[in-house]
Amino acid sequence: MTLPSESPSIAAPTTTNGIVTRGVVKSFGVGDAKTFALKGADFSASEGELHLVVGPSGCGKTTLLSVIAGTLVWDEGEVEVFGTRLNGLDKGSITEFRRRHIGFIFQQFNLIPTLTLVENVSVPLLLNGVSRREAESRSAELLGRLGLGGRERKRPTQLSGGQQQRVAIARALVHQPRLVICDEPTSALDRETGHQIMDLLAGVARAPGRAVIIVTHDPRTYAYADRLTSMEDGRVSGVRHGAELKEFLSNHR
Amino acid sequence: MYRLALLMLLGDRSKYLMLVGGLTFSALLMTQQTAVFQGLLSWTTSHLRNMRASVWVVEARVEQVNETKALRDTDVNRVRSVRGVDYAVPMFQGVLKARASDGSDKQIQLIGLHGGSLVGRPPVVLRGRLEDLRLANTVVLDEVSAERLAAGRGRPLDIGDSFEINDREARVVAICRTERHFFGYPYVFCSYDQALQFAPRQRKMLSMILAEPKPGITPEKIAESIRRETGLNAYTTPEFERATNAWIWKNTGIPASFMTTIILGFVVGVAIAGQTFYSFVLENLRHLGALKAMGASNRLLSGMLMFQALTVGLIGYGIGLGLTAVFGLAVLPIGQPPFLLQPSSMVRTLVAILIICTLAALFGIRKVAKLEPAVVFRG
Repeated sequence: MTLPSESPSIAAPTTTNGIVTRGVVKSFGVGDAKTFALKGADFSASEGELHLVVGPSGCGKTTLLSVIAGTLVWDEGEVEVFGTRLNGLDKGSITEFRRRHIGFIFQQFNLIPTLTLVENVSVPLLLNGVSRREAESRSAELLGRLGLGGRERKRPTQLSGGQQQRVAIARALVHQPRLVICDEPTSALDRETGHQIMDLLAGVARAPGRAVIIVTHDPRTYAYADRLTSMEDGRVSGVRHGAELKEFLSNHR
Repeated sequence: MYRLALLMLLGDRSKYLMLVGGLTFSALLMTQQTAVFQGLLSWTTSHLRNMRASVWVVEARVEQVNETKALRDTDVNRVRSVRGVDYAVPMFQGVLKARASDGSDKQIQLIGLHGGSLVGRPPVVLRGRLEDLRLANTVVLDEVSAERLAAGRGRPLDIGDSFEINDREARVVAICRTERHFFGYPYVFCSYDQALQFAPRQRKMLSMILAEPKPGITPEKIAESIRRETGLNAYTTPEFERATNAWIWKNTGIPASFMTTIILGFVVGVAIAGQTFYSFVLENLRHLGALKAMGASNRLLSGMLMFQALTVGLIGYGIGLGLTAVFGLAVLPIGQPPFLLQPSSMVRTLVAILIICTLAALFGIRKVAKLEPAVVFRG
């Protein structure tokens, strides 16, 4: 695993072996109350890139993220993550797929307050059958590399928001997943801490064989994107990368 | 993960203490009330252990051991004539008044044993000789009667001391130990002939016949033969104990009263544990959802919840049982309230507590099973 040491740079996808959704439809409710959150979303992201999904509230960003992560069952369409077609998997296999290959970073961190930092970070390893001793050793090492060395036995409530998000990042990365899913990772943080976290995530995304998808409302994070997908009304309305993305970013400064 | 589940629960100190407290209270209530009830039931059958016999022959309508309907004297020989009976002896039991040292009247349970064989003798003789009951005007006291009949005397009655039963002198020749009787009357043993002199004269004085089968014949078989051939009722000791217990259940409100409290203990346990544990699950739903998103299966999460519930259940059970034992140790030397903590009662309480915990966990498991892992993305 490589962790960031420099600021991110804009880069094109290095491989096409990534995440693809085709014509994904997802509705909630039944009858007259039925509403469509996704109306045929086509999305793709590649390894080695930091991919931002942006758009107004209710446009389907989080729903798309949940579908890609396999945490939400969709109605129609195809979802493929690193060559694995999620459509063909039963519930148990999807759960196992998530356990092995996906790391999660949540808006509210979702660290368990009654556990220590090292115990929180160990969770994905324990879920994957790693022994407690090894899990805690690997977790402590990663916490150290994320600047939280010496605080392994503290509880999340004893940390600042930025530090808690670092712990959440450690938890998302400790089992070396191929895909890291982030839901509004900077929305609960101040400007400076938000930049630190984005630096970190951009570095994570550049690691070979890994992709990071971030759903965000926060324009401060756009500058970190390798690729930026805009959504509107349940569909992907545009994808920017390379020069087009640079131009878009310069217009948004 | 199960260790983390435990840490999650222990970390929520207030919920943990509430759960353990509720389950402790529930276990205490169920075990203590059962022990008191079992103790009470054992008091009702103490005759059976204080006067041991293989077969108890009583009047046909007698349903339990504390009931006396006198038999004819000739019934003893009728029982002796039943094939397979080794011997049968008469026995008197009745509640009489005895005069204590301070002149006050005390009620006693007078037991008249066959003078020749002393069948039905008390199980533990502390001092003196039972055989001296064959002497005139002699009695054997249990520790309670030795104490109670010595009221105003400063020390319990002992061998050589005298008192009066129905205005007749009774001289103490031995002190024995008995199990306390349901009505609390102290036991006074004497010979059958002596009992007939102490007791007010009635047309029929024979209370029971104690019989023993010949070697190789079971008490059940001989009891059946006695019933069939004499028309009297005959019980083996276990049968008489069951009949007495059944009579108590059927004819008194005692079991209903205890059962109500025991059920209340169960309901309180379900209510407190269920509500507290459900609230614990609700408060941790976001974290459980995150675990689910990270790949924890429903089975694993259910196992974690069950583990948490059973852990507090076993802790609560242990403390509850310990407190019950403390209660028992406090009351047993005093002799009341009755207390008999049987292994079966402990197992029943354990099962009840496990059921409570399972029910409490099921509320949470149902919630978690329905939980969409995507919930963690919804703010």
